Amino acid sequence: MRPFSTVFWVAVILGSGVLHAAEVPVEHPPFKKDQYVHHAPTVDDLMKDQEIKPQLKKVILKGRDIFMNTQQYRGKYVFSRLSCKNCHLGEGRLNWSGPIWPAATTLPDYRGKNGHVNSLEERIAGCFSFSLNGKPPEYGSDIMLALSAYHQWLALKAPVYETHIGGRGYSSLGKDIPKDIHYVQGEKVYQAQCAICHGATGQGKSVEGKVVFPPLWGDDSYNWGAGMARVYTAASFIKNNMPLGKPGALSDRDAWAVALYVNSQERPQDPRYTGDVKETREKYFNFHQYTMYGTERDGVLLGQHDNTGAKPFLKPDALRPRTFDE
Amino acid sequence: MMQVHRGWLFSAVLALTGVAHGAGDPEKGKLIVTAGDGSGAPCIACHGLDGAGNDLAGIPRLAGMDAGYLVKQMRDYRSGARKSAVMSPNVDNLNDGQIADVAAYYATLDTAPTSLPSGAPGALALGEALATKGDWDHYIVPCETCHGPGNVGVGSDFPKLAGQHPTYIKQQLKAWKTGTRNNDPNHLMLAIVGRLTETQIEAVAAWLARQDPKGGK
Ligand code: HEC
Ligand code: HEC
Ligand code: HEC
Ligand code: HEC
Repeated sequence: MRPFSTVFWVAVILGSGVLHAAEVPVEHPPFKKDQYVHHAPTVDDLMKDQEIKPQLKKVILKGRDIFMNTQQYRGKYVFSRLSCKNCHLGEGRLNWSGPIWPAATTLPDYRGKNGHVNSLEERIAGCFSFSLNGKPPEYGSDIMLALSAYHQWLALKAPVYETHIGGRGYSSLGKDIPKDIHYVQGEKVYQAQCAICHGATGQGKSVEGKVVFPPLWGDDSYNWGAGMARVYTAASFIKNNMPLGKPGALSDRDAWAVALYVNSQERPQDPRYTGDVKETREKYFNFHQYTMYGTERDGVLLGQHDNTGAKPFLKPDALRPRTFDE
Repeated sequence: MMQVHRGWLFSAVLALTGVAHGAGDPEKGKLIVTAGDGSGAPCIACHGLDGAGNDLAGIPRLAGMDAGYLVKQMRDYRSGARKSAVMSPNVDNLNDGQIADVAAYYATLDTAPTSLPSGAPGALALGEALATKGDWDHYIVPCETCHGPGNVGVGSDFPKLAGQHPTYIKQQLKAWKTGTRNNDPNHLMLAIVGRLTETQIEAVAAWLARQDPKGGK
């Protein structure tokens, strides 16, 4: 045995001299058979692309800049402290992080959330109104066009109306909260794994007024009508993206528990609020069946308030029905 | 005026991070740093009179670093959570109060960055891209996402990298890679470092070292 172990130790010592010892894995779910898997282009690809006119490049880059730093419109179009890239990681390109390009290849299409056929701009307006607790820029405005151009360019070479897309959205854990998941367990996960960045009370962290770690709840976060307020959406987002840099590190149970914890905290009112939280929950039950809005936690009814965060109104005008009957 | 204001800030920072047993006293810290605690070389022997460190010797700049971060590192050397044959013996008999004092002192120092010869443009461009945009296809999160705008640090958990010596930055990144440094909370830093190639380490260290420690351009 002795000679072997000497060899073994020599190997370990030599081995530790080279750069490859420790690694934290990136674990994402596998793609399903028959799914289209996209590789969105990078800014370097854009700069090299001879087919795209310089004028268009400029607008695409403007769209990217708005996407990365939507806080530049805080107080005008954005009343939370979030930017688009906070939920669509890796510049909106990353699979399993709600890559944004599928909206450019699958819309216009019918959306259950608002019950009519939506354009790409309307989809973007949705994230402004709910996720950013804001007011969408005018349809057809320079900002909307720049954002649309960025989305569409990211879809470069993707098949139009292909809907079997690998890594789209956030739903890899399915929609149903496992029965034995508890808020208290979620709080433990939160304090151990998340608070270092998002703060002990979910408020996030800023340096000299610039947001570094975005707020997860409270006045500065997404509102009750945002997709991320659904426990399953947050659970899958967290499982595949958080703690930052360590996708897949949490067990499914921990991801569900911490999502339940985060989404059982108060946040700005759903813009579709009727004045009564239970009524609003019922009215939009196809959505709110997955949120904690209008349910009780520790004897308090979540979402029964007039707090719209820093936003001085409840509902942006852009959120309006379409009938196509004209 | 300034002194009073700073003192107040430190207590606020330390109270928030829950690190210290009361705020450190920079004046007491200065004594330890310059005269030593009686055992071994005083800190200035290696870290310099002004806390500027030394690039060639791989000794980090401590001036202007966050006090809470420095406290954590000194405690980690003392407990063995962070190991360095050269550094660990220097703090192994400092008590918590002395550690807080030393940290408070270094945090107040305001030292001009040492000027480095201009680096190779290609490497600097790669370094800048990694620090500000990352390389998401290899899941390398931009350094500034955690180390803050301008990589000037965020609170006590995410240290300032801007203006740190390139040799030290490289050494630390390699130490994580080989498992010699292992004291980062929840392996947040290890996760990133494990995905960096040697070329990327060189490039990002060279770029970060040339940035303004105060976040200016
Ligand atoms: C608080 C998190 C959050 C923020 C901030 C956010 N979004 Fe979203 N976004 C979501 C969620 C959740 C979905 C729905 C994903 C799903 O269906 O699983 C989504 C979906 C989308 C889609 C549709 C993607 C598809 O697969 O069709 C687009 C496009 C989009 N967002 C763009 C944006 C833009 C542009 C911004 C900034 C103006 C933004 N988002 C800000 C959470 C966010
Ligand atoms: C190392 C710091 C870090 C840790 C740890 C971390 N996050 Fe995040 N989190 C971020 C950053 C940064 C973003 C925004 C991503 C970006 O902009 O690239 C983010 C985004 C989010 C978002 C979407 C944006 C928002 O504000 O709602 C949620 C939800 C979230 N994190 C939840 C969690 C949870 C839950 C944990 C613990 C399991 C966690 N995070 C751990 C840094 C971190
Ligand atoms: C003999 C030279 C030497 C002396 C004396 C010395 N140090 Fe160090 N110090 C180093 C070196 C080398 C490192 C980097 C070690 C490593 O790789 O972990 C270091 C690292 C540190 C760090 C970590 C900085 C960071 O950014 O993580 C702190 C804090 C520190 N020293 C404080 C002190 C204090 C306080 C004293 C005096 C009580 C002192 N040092 C004395 C050589 C020295
Ligand atoms: C997910 C968050 C995260 C990202 C992204 C990140 N770091 Fe770090 N880094 C940390 C944490 C946390 C520490 C503090 C470790 C400790 O407390 O000992 C750290 C410490 C360091 C240190 C040691 C500093 C010192 O004074 O000893 C260096 C060097 C460093 N990081 C470089 C980088 C570089 C280069 C990048 C980008 C390629 C990067 N980091 C990206 C979280 C991160």
